Amino acid sequence: MYPTAKIDGKVLILGLNGRLDQDNADAFRAALAPHLDKAAKDQLGIVLDLSQLEYVSSAGLRCFMLAVKQTKAHNGRIVVAALQAMVAEIFQISRFNMLLQVFASVGEATAALSLPPGDKT
Amino acid sequence: MIVRFWGTRGSLPIALTSADIRDKLVRALLQASGRHFADAQAAATFVREELPFAVKETYGGHSSCVELDLSGDQYYVCDMGSGARPLGAHILARQQGRPATINVFMSHVHWDHIMGFPFFGPAYVPGTTIRIHGCHEVMEQAYHLQQSPPCFPVTFSQMAAKIEFVQLTPGSRHLIGDIAVTPRLQLHSGDSYGYRIECADKIIVYSTDSEHKLDDNEEVKQIANFFRDADVVVFDAMYALADAISVKADWGHSSNVVGVELCQMAEAKHLVMFHHEPIHNDATLERLLAETRRFEELTREGAFLKVSSAYDGMEIRL
Repeated sequence: MYPTAKIDGKVLILGLNGRLDQDNADAFRAALAPHLDKAAKDQLGIVLDLSQLEYVSSAGLRCFMLAVKQTKAHNGRIVVAALQAMVAEIFQISRFNMLLQVFASVGEATAALSLPPGDKT
Repeated sequence: MIVRFWGTRGSLPIALTSADIRDKLVRALLQASGRHFADAQAAATFVREELPFAVKETYGGHSSCVELDLSGDQYYVCDMGSGARPLGAHILARQQGRPATINVFMSHVHWDHIMGFPFFGPAYVPGTTIRIHGCHEVMEQAYHLQQSPPCFPVTFSQMAAKIEFVQLTPGSRHLIGDIAVTPRLQLHSGDSYGYRIECADKIIVYSTDSEHKLDDNEEVKQIANFFRDADVVVFDAMYALADAISVKADWGHSSNVVGVELCQMAEAKHLVMFHHEPIHNDATLERLLAETRRFEELTREGAFLKVSSAYDGMEIRL
């Protein structure tokens, strides 16, 4: 799985699609790495657009956790947006909704990350 | 054959508090609002048939101890947590003075998995044979240590039963009494071992205190093979997945989500969540069970996987 990428102001939007599981988690992690590096270098917030992601397993969720870890190490911000119903349930059951901020839409997520850190207005 | 759970709590035994009991009574009374019960039997029927498990009963608080009951004078037990105390009383009552042979299989020798042994009644009865099987070289040392001064008043040597320690080899199939047992190394501080137990045509896997890193496809396949076609998998589901792989990484435990995934890969029939987090009350464990069943439903591609949450006193008949 190779994420699609586009930049909106100071936000990097990465789109995922299909299934993310044990079979492609390593490939996804490798494909994600240069995007995380770029976001760190250019001080971009990251939105993972999950609108086209149909399923994520524990191995896929682990990729998200590692991305959170790497992003936070650079004082960066990473969120997820537009979860399909099934993926939203998996986030809730696995408590990944406590680890990653979840937005209803990519627009809301982008707007939130466009604000300076700590600005809740 | 019966798989009987005497202790299901992880890390530390717990007890229901006064607040817990009050909360259960409040919930029961609310559910019974407007109802009239003609007699105690009618009330008992209401409790049995209409109240949720977390209101009418409790998951219990004893630490790990699971019995495989094959009848007869030979007993098979996984771990000697505090649940070993009521198990010991059960064995003494059933034996009626007849000598028993008790085969114990140790996942590891952390405190919560051996603490029941000093209170295990049959250990004080002459004529009883207790064989403690495991893969840790320090097994005997750990058992002696917890009954050495100043930790406990009765030393190991004062126990009247014949107690033997038997070293098992990981990956090898051992024939012991009426069962075949294969231990497997698991990721846990100081190592732990899971057991694949075959008896007649049934397979029970006991896999507690085991962390799954999810970063090695080959290892995932090996674990699934260890669970392959099991009738029952007793699985360490102590934490939520997000905690198990982030803030509680390297704490040596797993999650309900990984339990479902591994059992689905293995085409196991029944996942039993085990080694419950001590801070989880009955309502929380009930919610986790509902969520885990929903996760199984969401992710099911093959056969239905039954999901249960172990409680002290639970029996599974195979």
